Order: sequence, then C-alpha cells, then structure tokens
Amino acid sequence: MSKKGVLLTGAHFMNGDIACAEGAIVAGCRFFAGYPITPATEIAEHLSERMPEIGRIYIQMEDEIASIAAVIGASYAGLKAMTATSGPGFSLMQENIGLAIMTETPCVIVDIMRGGPSTGQPTMPGQQDVMQARWGSHGDYEIIALAPSSVQEMFDLTIDAFNLAETYRVPTLLLADEIVAHMWEKIVIPTAEKIRIVNRKKPNVSPEEYLPFMPDDLVPPMACFGEGYRFHATGLTHDEHGYPKTSSSEVQERLVKRLCEKIRRNEDKIMRVEEVMLDDADVVVVAYGIVARAALSAVRKAREMGIKAGLLRLITLWPFPQNHVAKIAGSAKRIIVPEMNCGQLVREVERAAKETSVVFLSKLGEEPHTPMEILEAIRRNS
Amino acid sequence: MKTEVRISGLGGQGVVSAGQILGRAAVYDGKNAVQTQSYGAEARGSAAKSEVIISDNKIGFPAVRKCDVLVAMSQEALDKYVKDLRKNGVLIVDSTYVKKIPKTKICKKIPATEEAEKIFKAKMYANMLILGALTKIIGISEKAVERAIEDTLAKKVVNTNKKACRRGRDLPQ
Repeated sequence: MSKKGVLLTGAHFMNGDIACAEGAIVAGCRFFAGYPITPATEIAEHLSERMPEIGRIYIQMEDEIASIAAVIGASYAGLKAMTATSGPGFSLMQENIGLAIMTETPCVIVDIMRGGPSTGQPTMPGQQDVMQARWGSHGDYEIIALAPSSVQEMFDLTIDAFNLAETYRVPTLLLADEIVAHMWEKIVIPTAEKIRIVNRKKPNVSPEEYLPFMPDDLVPPMACFGEGYRFHATGLTHDEHGYPKTSSSEVQERLVKRLCEKIRRNEDKIMRVEEVMLDDADVVVVAYGIVARAALSAVRKAREMGIKAGLLRLITLWPFPQNHVAKIAGSAKRIIVPEMNCGQLVREVERAAKETSVVFLSKLGEEPHTPMEILEAIRRNS
Repeated sequence: MKTEVRISGLGGQGVVSAGQILGRAAVYDGKNAVQTQSYGAEARGSAAKSEVIISDNKIGFPAVRKCDVLVAMSQEALDKYVKDLRKNGVLIVDSTYVKKIPKTKICKKIPATEEAEKIFKAKMYANMLILGALTKIIGISEKAVERAIEDTLAKKVVNTNKKACRRGRDLPQ
C-alpha cells in the first residue's frame, strides 16, 4: 500500500481497524487522541504513523478519560477529532461523553467491542456494549451509533459518523465487534468525487451578535475557539448565551429536550438499514455487525429450502430503527434476533414488534453464531 | 470456486501473518478474500489460528467451518482441527512439531521450523516455508505472494521472508 496521500483510492486488503483509520483521514479527522487497547489498538497504531505524515495530530494520552477530554477540546478548537477504544476504555469515557453531549461537541468515538464485563476477553468478540452506548452517561440524551458488518463499512461508516457528528453536533459512535475490526478483507476506496464530506455549520453573524447555543433548525451554528467569537461552554445546564442556569426549570426543559429532539426529529435522515427479501417474509432475522453476515447466509439457505425468510440488517443502532421493525412486525409471523450478548438490542426489537413474537439467540465467546445455528432457528420458527 | 484455509498453531509462530499474506496475495491475483483470526491474550504460546476464504464471488460469512486445506504447526492444533478438514482436503504440517498424523489424510509434511533454523538461523521463518508450499497447492501466483510479502512485512525482513517462501514453494510436492 503506497501511503503519504490523504485518499488511497483503489483496491486494498485491509483489516477493519486500518479501514476505520483511513476512513477518519478521508473524513477530515485532524486530531486523534487515544490509549491503546485490544482490539482497537491497530486504529491508534495506524494513525500514529499516518497522521504525522500528512501533517495532522496524533497523541497518545495517559488514559481514556484524558483521550476523550482532548478530543472534545480539539473539536472546540475547530478540528474534526476522534478517539478509539474498547469496552473498559469506553466505560472510562462515559462521563466526558456526557460533556460532549451537553456542549454539543461534534466528535467520533470508536468502540470495538470485545468480551466483557470488565477486562473480560480482550481478543474475543462481543456485542455487549450496545446498551452502554445508548445509556452509558448519566442524564437524558440521544446519541448516534453505527454498526459496520464488513471492512468496507469500517471505512464508509467512519466517514458517515464524522458527517453525522458535524451535522447534529453530537458525539457519534462507531460500534464494531472484534471480528469486523480484526478481519482482513478486500476493500475499495473510492475517488474523491464519490465521497460526501460534511462540515459543521458556522455562524453567519458577527462575534458581538453570536449566541453560541441559539439553535438554527435545532442545531446551533458552531464558532470555534480562536476564531474571534468569545463564548462560554459548560457541562452545566446553560442558556443560549452559554452561561450556567442551574436553577431554571424552563432552561433545563428547553435545553435537554432540544438535545433529544435534534436527533429524534431527524431520525429518518439518520437511520439506515439493509432490507433483504422482506416483502413476503414469514420469518425475519434482525441482526447487526458480524452476526448479520451469518444471518444473511442463513436466510439465503432457508429460501433455497422454500422457507420465506428475510433479513433486516441494522446499520444504525441508535437512534433505534423502530419504524423498520414495526413494519416487518406487521407482516412477519416471527422475528429472530441473534446477538453476541445476553439480550440487549432484542429488547428494543420486542418493544417495536409489539404483538409479534420475538425469539432471541444468545452467543458469547470466540465464535459468532454460525449460519447453521441461525438456519436451525429459522426452521424451528417457520 | 471457493477455497477455505485454516492455518493453526501457537501464538508466535506467525499463523496470523501467514494468513494475512495469503489473503492479500489472493486479492492481488484478482480474487476476493477474507481473513479472520483468533488468538489468546498472551503474546506467545497460546493457541492461535488464522482462517482465509478465497473466492471468485462475494464472501458472506467470513469464518471457516469445513476447510479444504488445514495447516497445523503444532500437535495440539492438528488434534483440535483435523475433524474440520474436508474428505479430500489437504493437510500441511510442520513436522518439527507434529508427529502423530492420522493415516488416511492427504498430508504434506514440511520440517518447517527445523529448516528455518538451519537455513535462516531463526524459527520465525517457518511460517513462510509453509506459506510457500500452501500457495503453490492452492494456485496463488508467486508474483502475487511476493508482492503481498513486500506490502505486509517490514522492509528489512522482506528479502529473507521471500527466500523462505520460495524455499517452501520449491519443496517437492
């Protein structure tokens, strides 16, 4: 692979972590701060080499708390910024993820899920951080999380994550599993004109007139430190001027509801799913990440056997694509949810599916569900 | 055409790098390839495996269930995975470590570690001897393999690895 450029257009054999790092570079990431942890280390390792060679910043911090703090600072200084970690580091980041939510800081956080709880199984896959991704920090908020199923998507969705973070001024998560991150696969990096890059909305008023948290279509335009706009940003509840309003119920209502509404009202623009053979499906598998690939093989085999099976692959996990699930629940008899955890996203599926019965397939440890295991579940439930 | 390969052994023997080079070489030969791996949290000595699926078509599920070629670089790996080898599949073993081999299997015995120590003064080239033999058997071009070695490994070790790989390729079939 010849390096040095920003965009390495062409076919490559890469692992998911490296593809994520290259996606970040293409998206315009100018600052990476992180602390190495299996299975996300290769992202930091690759960027430690690539960022300096293209004049951007890589910094290894003392821990994950400092990493996310540095990312928030860099973003406020005007740079697109990212960090990457795994479960234990993701836990440490939660408080500052809340700060990023409250200060509406565009940034990307990559969590490569390994087996937990605690330090668990560092080199083994999991999908156990799905609920932590949604609810890990305290308070009410909405967050965006994307789940790649291939090395190609590690590249593509990292770019999307930056675009979403910049559009909605929200920390955006790339929630991948260890297999997708460590898997080596053919990927094609497109030419520049085929890649869409979004940058944060800037104020079009003078510094004197600027109100840092006055929304324009729910999202406030963002001036950055050093651009001449003097303002205050805080994790405390604040008004449109950015100053703390810790006793006003009205300001609390207005701010926190807007932080949720800016995502909720744009769900249709944010949410992405892949629908495979759903039109006449009696049994639908809802899956994401590496498990979705086993599910796709299983659904194809089921069709060969004459079973009307389909796949709803979730690309966006948060906000949860409940309308897509509700739609299939209206026509399918059964929904099967295989996950590499003890039952997390299945709860959201059940909530959206209402009366339609949902079957959960749990798997932990080294291997994801095999296509045969999912096929067997499809047969039993058809 | 789809070929499923499992390379197994112990952490430190280079089964993961061998798999990565194989997958990359297959892509350079114009095929689709996916490589997955499994290893312990320890730097060396725990069971390690690397799986490569090479196909003319798009690859769905990336893990190998039944393999067409099984490489075993430790006795433990052979004992564990020989059941997954297809009926007419090819078994390649590092005969320095693997002594007990089921009689019915099509087997290529390569004293890879011994040869690597003798010729290149380091055990770590054993995986390249194996890779040479393996790529010849499954029809990956020498040009693609050498380019994949160049693009995967550090510059200072490329030449020795290429030599070791060529040596493995030239072993009598």
